[in-house]
Amino acid sequence: MTAHTIDREQAWEDSTSIGHPLVQGEVDLSHNVILYLDNVTVSFDGFRALNALSLNIDAGELRCIIGPNGAGKTTMMDVITGKTRADRGKLFFGQTIDLRRMTEAEIAHAGIGRKFQKPTVFENLSVFENLELSMKMDKRARVSLFAWLDDDARDKVADTLRLIRLDGEAGRPAGLLSHGQKQWLEIGMLLMQDPKLLLLDEPVAGMTDDETARTGELFKSLAGKHSLVVVEHDMAFIEQLGGVVTVLHEGSVLAEGDLATVQNDQRVIEVYLGR
Amino acid sequence: MSRTPFIVRFLGATPKQGWIAIAIAAAITLVLLPALHLLVPASSPFHVSAYVITLVGKIMCYAIVAVAMDLIWGYTGILSLGHGVFFALGGYAFGMYLMRQIGRDGSYQSDLPDFMVFLDWKALPWYWTGSDSFLWSLLLVLVVPALVALVFGFFAFRSRIKGVYFSIITQALTFAAMLFFFRNETGFGGNNGFTDFKRILGHSITAPEMRVTLFALTAAMLLGTLVLGRYLVTSKFGRVLAAIRDAESRVMFIGYNPLHYKLFIWTLSALLCGIAGALYVPQVGIINPGEMSPANSIEIAIWVAVGGRATLVGPVLGAFIVNLAKSFFTVAFPEYWLFFLGALFVVVTLWLPDGVVGLWRKLRNKGVAA
Repeated sequence: MTAHTIDREQAWEDSTSIGHPLVQGEVDLSHNVILYLDNVTVSFDGFRALNALSLNIDAGELRCIIGPNGAGKTTMMDVITGKTRADRGKLFFGQTIDLRRMTEAEIAHAGIGRKFQKPTVFENLSVFENLELSMKMDKRARVSLFAWLDDDARDKVADTLRLIRLDGEAGRPAGLLSHGQKQWLEIGMLLMQDPKLLLLDEPVAGMTDDETARTGELFKSLAGKHSLVVVEHDMAFIEQLGGVVTVLHEGSVLAEGDLATVQNDQRVIEVYLGR
Repeated sequence: MSRTPFIVRFLGATPKQGWIAIAIAAAITLVLLPALHLLVPASSPFHVSAYVITLVGKIMCYAIVAVAMDLIWGYTGILSLGHGVFFALGGYAFGMYLMRQIGRDGSYQSDLPDFMVFLDWKALPWYWTGSDSFLWSLLLVLVVPALVALVFGFFAFRSRIKGVYFSIITQALTFAAMLFFFRNETGFGGNNGFTDFKRILGHSITAPEMRVTLFALTAAMLLGTLVLGRYLVTSKFGRVLAAIRDAESRVMFIGYNPLHYKLFIWTLSALLCGIAGALYVPQVGIINPGEMSPANSIEIAIWVAVGGRATLVGPVLGAFIVNLAKSFFTVAFPEYWLFFLGALFVVVTLWLPDGVVGLWRKLRNKGVAA
């Protein structure tokens, strides 16, 4: 059986027969790795946006990804979330979930949430409604037709509103928020989905220093319970986050380690300063 | 956890003022106008003529189409320029029944519709089977437009065709359907379509009672469509539609499959158009492929734009404004009607992006602020 044609039922049988626990519908974190990318290649008209990229993210980890423009950071997120298909390579969420075989919505349901580079919120809906729609629940059309917002759900939205400091803005159309507030709202929308893995593309772009610092605090408090992958250019922010830093260059990993190590790596300096 | 019963939520979606307006509209269309037409003698100044009943009935059919269009365009952001095809399909489905009800009273005194005798056909084509049954025809009215929409929508939305591309394809759809129905061999009367209807369920179609019945049914359907629309757009389903309109890819990444949402509202919209078409044909007494012309479908979009997108009641007003103006212009200054329609579209696009309803809201807010 190859990894490409993994049979879920079979995998279930195999895994239970050797005795490690696996709950159907749950991400299998038995090896403490939440995301595997192995030899992933994506080409656009001959240009290799990702070139045999291999990367593992541990469960509960807070990982920062940096790299010059065109290094493949956004393409990597596109591949993980199903927006772009990988030409080659393996892509697993936990031990058992093959992301290459799933649609965007299925991947989101499996527990991967994504924040885009440009904050995209539903401008004509209120802040409350933005969070309500993002909440983890049955999202099929026929269920939504008869859905009813109960008190538990309201409380959950209210909790998130406080966390992202928008509790005073619940009724405002999201389109009227400031740029930084939109970023926070989008992070809140991610949290409402209760994802196991959060992919955050330039989450502090356009925020004030104060907002950036608060975002950093929030992310650090989320790590452990969730796994986070943060793509950023803001080095001060990355320093605040702590965690392992991965440097991407021309679609593959150039260096990995803590920020100080990476910053002193000769190849990284070359890539950033040019030859 | 106590749950509010569905019917209460369904009806509660329409606010109190809405119900008052519906009650007034119902009193006028279901009681007042029929009574003034049937009971008041023609010599009285209060008599409502058959012309007025037919005209208002016709425009109410258009208004149902406009509300259906608002659901898909105003609320979901998908501009269909081919909604005329669903309207016409519903009309043709019921028209088949009306043709069979003519019986042997046609010019050729044959069991077959006149146009088939004229083409020297000896028997009904297979797809006319059951067309003499009223219930079967109602089923066709509901199923045919919805099924065409479902199949077309499935392929279009699955291929993620959006925006202007979708609009162009729907124009092509209605144009292709028009050419298809123009052919005599298609079996729907070619370019003459269906006309000379005599009866529904054995009752004369020109009798004042029948006219009033069709009128009242149309009014009830329009009001029902508004209540249904109001529930849909205020439900979670409707919020997802608005989210799709704002940022479809975001909707996917928070775990919704937009295909199912779009397909449902698209098919429902087509279904409503089909019902409107079936109510329209017996009132105006004719259906022909001209209803499928691309210009007709564009006009539907104009009604919605004039009234105000994403307002439900706006498209009803828009359908009345444009069609009353059309009735006036095509009699008074026939050659200027298209200029007027074009000018109206320019004015609305430039100065009234939210249509008549938007203008009214703006004036009201100013009044409150002053």
